[in-house]
Amino acid sequence: MRKILEHHVAILLGLVVVGSVIFNVWSPWQFTEIASNWEFIDFTVKVTWWITGVAFVLLGLFMAWAIWRYKYHESGESHYEPEHPVLESWLTIITSIGVVIMLAPGLIVWDDYVQVPSDAMEVEVFGEQWTWKFRFPGEDGIFGTTTVKKNVDRGMDGTTFEPNITSLNPFGMRDGDPHGEDDILIASNVLHLPIDRNIKVVLRSKDVLHDFWVPEIRAKMDMVPGMITYFWFRPTRTGEFEILCAELCGRGHHIMRGEMFIDTQEDFETWLDAQVTWAEMKAGQTPEEPMVAKGRQIADQNGCFACHSLDGTSVVGPTWKGLWGREITLSDGTTVIADEEYIVESIVEPNVKLVEGFGSVMTPYDFEDDEMEALVRFLQETSE
Amino acid sequence: MATAEIPYQETVPLHHPKTWIGKYVFSQDHKVIAVQYGITAMAVGLVALFLSDLMRIQIAFPGFMEWFVEDYYYQAITMHGMIMVIYLLTAFLLGAFGNFTVPLMCGARDMVFPFVNMLSYWVYLLSVIILLLGYIPGLGGPTGAGWTLYPPQTITEGTPGADWGITTMLASLAVFIVAFTMGGLNYITTILQARTRGMSLMRLPLTVWGIFVATFLGLLAFPALFVSAIMMILDLKIGTSFFMPAIVSLGQTLAYDGGQPLLFQHLFWFFGHPEVYIVALPAFGVVSDLISVHARKNIFGYRLMVWALVFIGILSFIVWAHHMFVAGMHPYFGFFFATTTLIIAVPTAIKVYNWILTLWKANIKLTVPMLYALSFVLTFIMGGITGLFLGNVIIDIPLSDTYFVVAHFHMVMGVSPILAIFGGIYHWYPKLTGRMLNDTLGKWHFWITFLGTYIIYFPMHYLGFIGVPRRYYENFESSFYPVSAQHLNEIITWTALVVGVAQLLYVINLVHSYFYGKPAGDNPWGANSLEWCTPETPPGHGNWGDRLPTVHRWAYDYSVPGSEKDFIPQTVPQGQTS
Repeated sequence: MRKILEHHVAILLGLVVVGSVIFNVWSPWQFTEIASNWEFIDFTVKVTWWITGVAFVLLGLFMAWAIWRYKYHESGESHYEPEHPVLESWLTIITSIGVVIMLAPGLIVWDDYVQVPSDAMEVEVFGEQWTWKFRFPGEDGIFGTTTVKKNVDRGMDGTTFEPNITSLNPFGMRDGDPHGEDDILIASNVLHLPIDRNIKVVLRSKDVLHDFWVPEIRAKMDMVPGMITYFWFRPTRTGEFEILCAELCGRGHHIMRGEMFIDTQEDFETWLDAQVTWAEMKAGQTPEEPMVAKGRQIADQNGCFACHSLDGTSVVGPTWKGLWGREITLSDGTTVIADEEYIVESIVEPNVKLVEGFGSVMTPYDFEDDEMEALVRFLQETSE
Repeated sequence: MATAEIPYQETVPLHHPKTWIGKYVFSQDHKVIAVQYGITAMAVGLVALFLSDLMRIQIAFPGFMEWFVEDYYYQAITMHGMIMVIYLLTAFLLGAFGNFTVPLMCGARDMVFPFVNMLSYWVYLLSVIILLLGYIPGLGGPTGAGWTLYPPQTITEGTPGADWGITTMLASLAVFIVAFTMGGLNYITTILQARTRGMSLMRLPLTVWGIFVATFLGLLAFPALFVSAIMMILDLKIGTSFFMPAIVSLGQTLAYDGGQPLLFQHLFWFFGHPEVYIVALPAFGVVSDLISVHARKNIFGYRLMVWALVFIGILSFIVWAHHMFVAGMHPYFGFFFATTTLIIAVPTAIKVYNWILTLWKANIKLTVPMLYALSFVLTFIMGGITGLFLGNVIIDIPLSDTYFVVAHFHMVMGVSPILAIFGGIYHWYPKLTGRMLNDTLGKWHFWITFLGTYIIYFPMHYLGFIGVPRRYYENFESSFYPVSAQHLNEIITWTALVVGVAQLLYVINLVHSYFYGKPAGDNPWGANSLEWCTPETPPGHGNWGDRLPTVHRWAYDYSVPGSEKDFIPQTVPQGQTS
């Protein structure tokens, strides 16, 4: 007992080392089960794990032992030896060999990672605060070009432009590009992909940095506005996986989720066939009465769609689909009918009557009477 | 030449302060400035500690603090990170330790430019005040962009504090860099020009070497942060597009066009990676000295230790893009930066070996400073080896932006340097005040802090393996996120709260011992380096009385065979033993 107390420092440090090893073996928290071709990444992790783990245990236990063995005594004396070139050289050499063993497989896999197989099918992931959209190149196999602005005029008095990414053109397809007509646009955060096909994921963002990440796939890459980035993978098991954003993108970063289904080739094609092309999307857009069009424009320009969807999905705020005339429950448990009065109030003083389950994050907006009328009209129309 | 042997500072007359304010407030004495830096850094560090506990409560018990909304969370992670890295660690290790140890260990009367040195502190204080102005109510609060401040989100509406908050942050950083530069030029010039007679560079204690190399890194790296702060302010205030491409922010198409967000990341990490070593190298130096003194044994492989510091310093400028493996830069950069990053592991590992080999056949006194130094080594090994995961580009792909990264950098450049700082404080407090810190309080503080931080950060790596992303206000239910992981998060939070509260022991110890501590004497640890050879304790203004000391040997003559005591101070001539 006295011995334990006397050497408690050495014992506790040793226990930290041993405890770490036990935790590592018993931990229920390990790499999520892989669902792609990147097993070699897991292999490289294992190699690094073993080499560094052995080094950690040896160094830690040596330290604990030395503290026990060479604890201070009045009569004790340390060994005086400022340098030992042979020992130092050997340690340097052994460390260098360890580094090479870890680095070499890493670089080999990286070489695979950055070279996309030529038979890969392409899918574009389009990130925006705080949801995902997807695009397939369609029958011609070529993505249509996109642009954030159109009719840019760099004049003497400054630059003028028109927005090109709007609720009617959510992907910012460039006018008059024939490759774009057959592009398949998926304006929701649910993606389907076929199993056992090499897939090149082309990444684009319209606002800030995002990062498309499915933990089971292992691969990830930032999406940078103004740039196109990419990675590739091959799904190896079917199922439903969660898409996360892995690069801080503002106050809604943690709600930027999506679903990725890995299907059989058949199921995938069935799903893909049911999606609309850009040409179909344009054709389906019937001319709106002027008041409704004006309301849409106001909603576009004020960024309403960043938080309120038109397709029923809940983003930061409640969806506008089916909102008009519905009875909704407020955060204090009372109910209210979403009529014109309530909607106007919620625009002017948004945090007074909150819909249950949503936070008080919206800033108040103040519109001219005719603008407010157009907005309400649009909301009523789009609700149906 | 006889004149060359008179140290420069012996020829310069000292102007002693005449007023209380001149002595304690606008003081030009490096020791007072060190204390001012230290107290300010610790005070702002307590703010960062408080923010981290708020974050931990939110992560473990979402909804428990209803008022703690998304914006507050993201502002807290940003302020916590920036305060810890810049305003606590950099300021403490260089501002407090640098100021205190450099003149004393070199045998100088003071810094070479005492007035500039004084300005350095007051400008630093100004930068802290500007930083905290971000919290003025009604202006949207500080920035919530994460401490890396990546554009475009930093200055767009989807991020909290996108106007006032980011302005104060950038202004504060620019001012801090001015302060750092004034201090840094002083450390470099003092080390090069004001060493006393006999103090060759290869006789300097490793603390001074660490501070010397770190200051070089700072002077070369901080300008990259400075220009990026200025460029971002221009983007924000007058609409330039350095970092801003054409974007649609929350539905509004902005006027920016043609800028490059990656440019900022390169500038930031060209500063940011050396910054890791700006924090680590002084800690390496301090720990080397603590281990040698308290193990009563020379530091093993002194020359290699010096060259490893220099080599790490140089390499630290060509590894920055390992922070950007998933940033979307040209993929071929991955080969280069992974290779340089793993090469830097070699000199770093050598340092670890030499610390541990110093313990071998030593005569180890387990004093509180020594406990901190030993725990530093163990924590740093853990933080270092996980760096080998993240530095290897392909392993970084699944692990980046997860809690593995959070655990790694907290171990390697959060907890480790802080353990070194605590060790240094327990070690030098007797010289600074003339009194010992309380041993019992010190040990309680040590065990809670060391074991607590280990329990916090070691299991956190495994959350990263599962795939839990960092910087999430709330995790919700996820297919890959088991309930047990949330229990783990709760354990981590409880531990963090205990460690947070335990820091009160340390504050109480500092204050109480200042008045009631055991008198320390001139050299309580039996140490060799010059600061323990001052004629008075605490050292007076000018440090050395009438005549500067003369150095005859290196700082590590412990337990030299044939000597009666187990240490021989640097001022003892060769051939004598005491």
